[in-house]
Amino acid sequence: MPEPLLDVRDIDVFYGDFQALFGVSLRVEAGAVAAVIGANGAGKSTLLKTIAGLIAPRRGEIVFDGAPTGAAAAFAMARRGVALVPEGRRLFPSLTVEENLLIGGQARRPGPWAIERIYELFPMLAERRHLPAPALSGGQQQMAAIARALMANPRLLLCDEISLGLAPIVVRDIYARLPQIVAEGLSLVIVEQDIVQALHAAAHVFCLQEGRVALQGKAAEMTREAISAAYFGV
Amino acid sequence: MTEWINVILQGVLIGGLYAMFAAGLSLIFGVMRLVNIAHGDLIVLAAYIALLVTQGLGIDPLTSLLLVVPIMALIGYVLQRGLLNFTLGDDLLPPLLVTFGLSIIIQNGLLELFTADSRKLQAGAIEIQTVQLTQGIWLGVLPVIQFIVAVAVIAGLQALFYRTALGRAFRATSDDQPVAQLMGLDTRHVFAMAMALSLAVIAIAGVFLAVRANFDPSIGPARLIFGFEAVIIGGLGSMWGTLAGGIILGVSQAIGAQINPGWQLLAGHIVFLAILGLRPQGLFPKVSG
Amino acid sequence: MTVEHATPSSRVGVVLVAGALIVLALAPFWGARETLRLLAEIFTFVALASLWNLLAGYAGLVSVGQQAFVGFGGYLLFALVMLAGVHPIAAIAIAGPAAALVAVPVALLIFRLRGAYFAIGSWVVAEVFRLLASQISVLGGGSGISLPASIVIAMAPSRQLREFELYWLALALAVLVLGAIVALLRSRHGLALTAVRDNELAAQSTGIDVTQLKFVVYVLVAFGTGMIGAMIFLMKLRISPDTAFNVNDWTAFVIFITVIGGIGRIEGPIIGTIVFFVLRQALADLGSLYLLMMGAVAIVIMLWAPKGLWGLVAERFSWQVLPLQRRLVSAAETG
Repeated sequence: MPEPLLDVRDIDVFYGDFQALFGVSLRVEAGAVAAVIGANGAGKSTLLKTIAGLIAPRRGEIVFDGAPTGAAAAFAMARRGVALVPEGRRLFPSLTVEENLLIGGQARRPGPWAIERIYELFPMLAERRHLPAPALSGGQQQMAAIARALMANPRLLLCDEISLGLAPIVVRDIYARLPQIVAEGLSLVIVEQDIVQALHAAAHVFCLQEGRVALQGKAAEMTREAISAAYFGV
Repeated sequence: MTEWINVILQGVLIGGLYAMFAAGLSLIFGVMRLVNIAHGDLIVLAAYIALLVTQGLGIDPLTSLLLVVPIMALIGYVLQRGLLNFTLGDDLLPPLLVTFGLSIIIQNGLLELFTADSRKLQAGAIEIQTVQLTQGIWLGVLPVIQFIVAVAVIAGLQALFYRTALGRAFRATSDDQPVAQLMGLDTRHVFAMAMALSLAVIAIAGVFLAVRANFDPSIGPARLIFGFEAVIIGGLGSMWGTLAGGIILGVSQAIGAQINPGWQLLAGHIVFLAILGLRPQGLFPKVSG
Repeated sequence: MTVEHATPSSRVGVVLVAGALIVLALAPFWGARETLRLLAEIFTFVALASLWNLLAGYAGLVSVGQQAFVGFGGYLLFALVMLAGVHPIAAIAIAGPAAALVAVPVALLIFRLRGAYFAIGSWVVAEVFRLLASQISVLGGGSGISLPASIVIAMAPSRQLREFELYWLALALAVLVLGAIVALLRSRHGLALTAVRDNELAAQSTGIDVTQLKFVVYVLVAFGTGMIGAMIFLMKLRISPDTAFNVNDWTAFVIFITVIGGIGRIEGPIIGTIVFFVLRQALADLGSLYLLMMGAVAIVIMLWAPKGLWGLVAERFSWQVLPLQRRLVSAAETG
């Protein structure tokens, strides 16, 4: 069995004195799509931020692409091929759409994603390329944020709550493009509150509850009861 | 009448120098929200480095820029990376007090090394050359050159910020530091590059200052204040506004000096305070501080 | 339910402070002339540093222009005493409210600036004061002026008594300023200030009018600084724009004292002043190297011990010299 692309081993993550994750473990194979679901405050965002290098785990380790991440900072993880689409999009407001994309490619990693290809996948971004980022609608901003992350030609794409605040039809539009992204061999971890969408898009599901992995397995095999139990801890 | 026109023109020209003092200051503030209290003293440091270079190598001040600018840029990079990066954060006290301490260290260090004697860089005949615009209106050649260089520097900074990858990195890091990191930007390096750039501009300003007037270790704070006033008068976030601010300050000082020599500085301060009172966002603001 | 301020260590502290005050009050009887002068200087710096600490450490207003009010107080004293025949002690008393009055328009202007820009703005104001002072020819213009001998002699029958009088004045003023600061911090407004010190945004969300609080603190600090300034120049007997509005003496040293001692704690400036003067005595011959070292020390402290020397000690042992803590005590406990 080949090494997983991402191997999170038993990590404890703290914010100051507050413990957010307790012994969380997670494996994602190359080219796989995994979903992390859970109630608010369960630690989903924390998990993604830790994988991306924004937070360092106090215990345990993360092995990415065969090498431990150690205390690698976010910029180092980005250069190694981990891209995070942060919660709330967080495009750079002083930059235009195109500049946001260009800075996404700042790490100059080799790969199939270049700006022309991005504009093919997201034509509405091409139309608005010279507008300042804040001028875009919520859905367009979300696509821009994903596009920006793709520009880095990552091996692992982390998406934090991309459906948040968006109309269902927009969410479906965004998720419709994910297969094209994954087809290139990218691994995807999506954090979602929309369970239906998550189960539909991902092959593997991890359910977090109050900082712990309460349930994990193949999406197709999960029952509603098991998910409810894990999600709400009842 | 022509006397007044000359006075105003001279004020405009020195305004270019003030704008250069200001440009380095507002660049740093824009990128990392840091106000460098040692800014003026670094201008004086550049002047003394130029002194050593011109005397040691026997070259003229303008040529010395080829050495002084890289030296100061390197100092800026190391200073930011080695010291100031550690002061950045939400608390405003550490960067303020650390740069204040730095200001005291530079002033007294220069005092120990060079004494309080007044110095000046010699640029030769160009210092007294003038060019006549029309009947009775004269402009010093050196001030004109300095003004043109100042405008060029500001235009260069604008271009850098808005048309280059480095400028993009500056703006992104200033917008959202953690997300900039997610893009693969080492923000420690980005900040250090910004400081290196600021000190490169300071180097040019310092050499010009040293050629134009006498300098000694204690004149730093006044240059900081002129730069600061130019930034506030012009408005935060706009490089061209800073140029305008510098010019307005220069002209105010020139008019004040013409009325009464002892009123030169006071006139500038009063115009600054008036703008602060009447239009605190500055005359050409681009963004709120 | 009542609010109690004392802690075990503060009880000890109050006793120690009271004892120290008695000893200091009797200094003219056990101390040499030089000692009295040095102590008086220490008192003025403790007061200035405590005031700056209140401004920067509690209200979050980092001013590098407090020399404006030191010089203002000094010049006002000279003007009142020399031109209006006012008694020096009365002049000191007048300097307080006068400085407060002047601080109002100043604050209205510079409060439009934030953070470090506020700091530089306060410096500009001090520069303006300095430049204006050098325009007042009747007080010596740019070169300054000395207090006439007749006025000095009129203060007390003998030189020794004069020295005593000035010493006790300095001590009284310092005690007054510190007492007022402690009283303020123990009051409801002090609680608000401590909240602002800890987290301004959170304080605002609890309904504290932070801007108004800062404004009041700025004006009150100017009040105290003006009086101290008048006192300082009464002792110096001579004033000039450069000494009255000197950044090094009245701002750099004050900041270093407060940073080294501990910002945001009332004991900080006291500890810092002691350390500062010990260093000064020890390094007296080094001239500008001394200032250079102070700058380096301040930087080191700011980076590695941002709460200052007292902060290091107090956090470890939960010490408080003065009763400033607040604990809710039920009636049964106080019984």
